[in-house]
Amino acid sequence: MAEGSYRDGIRAILPLMPAIVAFGASFGVLARAAGVDALAALAMSATTFAGSAQFAIVSVLGAGGTAAAAIGAAVLLNGRYVPMSVAASGAFRGGPLRRLLEAQLLVDESWALSSREDGFDRRVLLGAGGLLYLGWNAGTAVGVLAGDSLTDPATLGLDAAFPALFLALLAPLLRTGADTTPALAAVLGAAIALVLTPVTPAGLPVIAATAACLVGFTRPRRRPAPRPHGARPQEARS
Amino acid sequence: MSAVWLCVLVVGVATVAIKASGPVLAAGRELPQGAARVVDLLAPALLAALVATQAFASGDELVLDERAAGVLAAGVAILLRAPLLVVVLAAAATAAGLRALP
Repeated sequence: MAEGSYRDGIRAILPLMPAIVAFGASFGVLARAAGVDALAALAMSATTFAGSAQFAIVSVLGAGGTAAAAIGAAVLLNGRYVPMSVAASGAFRGGPLRRLLEAQLLVDESWALSSREDGFDRRVLLGAGGLLYLGWNAGTAVGVLAGDSLTDPATLGLDAAFPALFLALLAPLLRTGADTTPALAAVLGAAIALVLTPVTPAGLPVIAATAACLVGFTRPRRRPAPRPHGARPQEARS
Repeated sequence: MSAVWLCVLVVGVATVAIKASGPVLAAGRELPQGAARVVDLLAPALLAALVATQAFASGDELVLDERAAGVLAAGVAILLRAPLLVVVLAAAATAAGLRALP
C-alpha cells in the first residue's frame, strides 16, 4: 500500500474544519447553557474527544439525570469506536503505549478519510485526527467563552438545539439504502425511551433504549463489514 | 467530586480504552459478525432515544412544546442537506421565535 503523508491527512480534513470548529463551539455554548462548569467542558473536549458522547453527558446532566446515567449513555455511545478501532488496528505501529496514544486521534472523520481499499492509512489518520483535535478544542473554548455571556437558554431556543443536534448525528446513520435495521433500532430506541420516561429516573430511559440494538441478532448484516464508504464526512461527527 | 467531573474522568478513561482496544489488542483481527452488528446499532438506538427525550421529556412527564417545533424545523433542514450549524440554528430559532410570540 502506498502510504500517504500527514500532510495528506491535514489536506483531507481542511474543508471540514469550519464545521468542526462550529460543532465544538456549539458544544461549549450548550454545555454552559446546561450548567456545566467551563473548565469541565474544556477538560471533556480534551480527554473524551467524541462529540456525540459529550453532548449526551451535558444533556443528561442538564435534564437532571445522575452521573451514572450520563456516563452509561456516553460510554455506550462510544461503543461504536470498538468495531472502528478493530477495523483500523492493522494500520498502527510500535509498542502498546504508542498505539494507545495514536489511537486517540481516531474519530469518525479521521477513520473515514484514512480508509483505503486495502486497509487504513496511518499518517492520513493521524494528520486528519490531529488537526481535528485542535479544531474541536479551539471551538470548545470559543463556545465556552460565548456561553458565559448567555442570558436565558430557553429564550434563545437552546433547549431545542440539543434534540436537533442528535437528529443531525442520527440522520447519516439511517441513510443505509436497503438495510433498514438501523432505522428499526432507532424507532425502537426512541419508543423505549418515551415509554420509560414517566416511570424511571432521568437518564435511565436513554440507557434502556440500547436494548433496541439487539434487533441486530434477528436481522443479519447485509453489508460485509463496517466500511466507511457510506459515511458522509461533511456531516461533522467527532 | 461533582457529577460533571466524575463524568469527565470516567468517560475520558473509558473512551481512551475503547479507542485503543483495536490497535493495542486486536491488531489485524475482526470482531465476530453478530457482535459487530449489534455494536453498530448502539449509536442509532441511543441517538434516537436522545432525540426523543430531549424533544418530548420534561422531568418525568412527556410534553409537546416549542422544542418539538424546533426539531421539526431541524428535520426539514436535514432533508434539505443543510450543514450541521444551520440545522441547529433552525431548531433554536424556531423554538425561540414561537416563545417570543405574544
